[in-house]
Amino acid sequence: MKHNLILTIVAKFLIPLIFLFALYVQFHGDFGPGGGFQAGVIFSAGLILYALVFGVETAKKIIPPFVLRLLASLGVLIYAGTGIAGLMLGGKYLEFNVLASTRVAGQHLGIVVVELGVGMTVMSAMLLIFFAFAERGQPQ
Amino acid sequence: MELILGHYNYWLVIVIMMTGFYTVISHGNLIKKIVGLNIFQVSVFLLYISIGNVKDGAAPILEENISVYSNPLPHVLILTAIVVGVATTALGLALVVRIKEAYGTIEEDEIHNQDRSL
Amino acid sequence: MIETIVDLTHLTFLTITALAIARMRNLFAVVMLFSVFSLISAGLFVVMDAADVAFTEAAVGAGISTVLMLATLALTYSQKEKKDEHRSGHKPWLPLIVVFITGVMLIYGTSDIPDFGDPDAPAQTHVAPYYLENSLSDTGVPNVVTAVLASYRSFDTLGEVTVIFTAAIAVLLLIGGRRKTTTKNNDGDRHET
Repeated sequence: MKHNLILTIVAKFLIPLIFLFALYVQFHGDFGPGGGFQAGVIFSAGLILYALVFGVETAKKIIPPFVLRLLASLGVLIYAGTGIAGLMLGGKYLEFNVLASTRVAGQHLGIVVVELGVGMTVMSAMLLIFFAFAERGQPQ
Repeated sequence: MELILGHYNYWLVIVIMMTGFYTVISHGNLIKKIVGLNIFQVSVFLLYISIGNVKDGAAPILEENISVYSNPLPHVLILTAIVVGVATTALGLALVVRIKEAYGTIEEDEIHNQDRSL
Repeated sequence: MIETIVDLTHLTFLTITALAIARMRNLFAVVMLFSVFSLISAGLFVVMDAADVAFTEAAVGAGISTVLMLATLALTYSQKEKKDEHRSGHKPWLPLIVVFITGVMLIYGTSDIPDFGDPDAPAQTHVAPYYLENSLSDTGVPNVVTAVLASYRSFDTLGEVTVIFTAAIAVLLLIGGRRKTTTKNNDGDRHET
C-alpha cells in the first residue's frame, strides 16, 4: 500500500469540487461575495494541491508553463483591451457605458469581461510562482 | 468605560501590529522577518476594516429588506492591498532563496560577517 | 453583546498567536502558526461583515503564502538540518523600547477615532452613501464591492493586475530555472560548472 493512499483518494475526490467552486465564485461575483481575485486564487490552490499529491511533473503535463505565461499575458491584455474598446466606440478609456446598447447592459458586460481577465492573470501568476519555487531544488 | 468599549478593537490591533514590528526589527533570520512583515500587514488590514464597520450592519451586497450596510470602500482598498501583499511576499521569498545560494546562510549576522571579511 | 464576545475571542486568539510567532525559534512551527493566524483573521473579517475580504484573506494567506514559505524552507534548509533560527548574541533592549514607544503613541492617537461601529462617523457619511444608493441603478450589479472595484475604480484594479503580473515575471527572473551547481575558487570568485 502506498504511503500516501489516503491523500490520493481524498485529493481525487476534492479537486474537481475545488475547480467547480472556483468557477462558481468567478461568475457569481456580481451577486454574492467573490470576483476575479478569489476565483483565480482558489483555482490555483486546486492545481497546487494536485501538484503536491501527484508530483510537479504530472501537474506540468496538465498545464505546461508556456500556456501559463500565455494566459497571464492574455488576462492583462483583455483588461487593457476593454479600455481600448471603450475608446474606439466613442467613449473614454475604460468607460463601460458605450460597450452595449443600454448603459446598464454595457456596465454589466464590462464588469464580467474585466473580472474574467483578472481571474486568468491571478491564476497563472500564482501557478507560475509555485512552479518556479518547486523546480529550483532539482539539480540541473 | 465607554472609551474602552468603543476602542478595544483598535488597541488590540495595535498590540498585534507592534508584535509584528518587533519580529521584523529584532530577529536575524530572514524568513522570520518576512513572517513578521505579514503579521504587520494583516493587522493594518484589520484596522481599516474596523474603521469601516457599522453596528448592526450587513455585508455590502444590496438586498430587498436590508437598510443598514457596512461601508464598502475600505473593503475595496483592502482587497487590492491583500493581493499586492502576497506579490511582495513571493518576491521577498525568492530573494531569500537567492541569498541562500549566494552566501550559504540566511542569518543576518553571518551575512554581515561574510560581507565584511571580503 | 454576543457579537462583542465573538469579536474579543477572535482578537485574543490572534494576539496569542502573534506573540507565539515572535517567541518561537523552530521555523516550521512559525510557518504553521502563521497559517493559523491568517485563518483566524479571515474569521474576524467575517464577523466584521467583510465577506469579500475574508474570502481573499483565507485563500491567499492560509493557502498561497503558507505554501510559498514552506517551499522556501525546503529550499534553504537541507533535510537533516534542524530548522531553528540561531540565537542572537545581543539583548533586544533597543527594539523593545522603540516598539513600546511607538505602541504608546499609536494608542494615544486612537483616542480621537470615532467609536467602533459608529454609524455617524465621517467615514460612513461622506462618500459611501453615494455608492450604496446609486450602484444598482448605475451598473446593475448588487455586489457593491465588485461594482466599485471593477467599474467606479477600474484604474486601480488595472494597476493591481499589472502588479501581480510583474511579481510573477520578477520571480521567474530570479529563480526561474533549475539550480546550477556553483563552486567557489580559492580566491573567492565563483564559476559555474
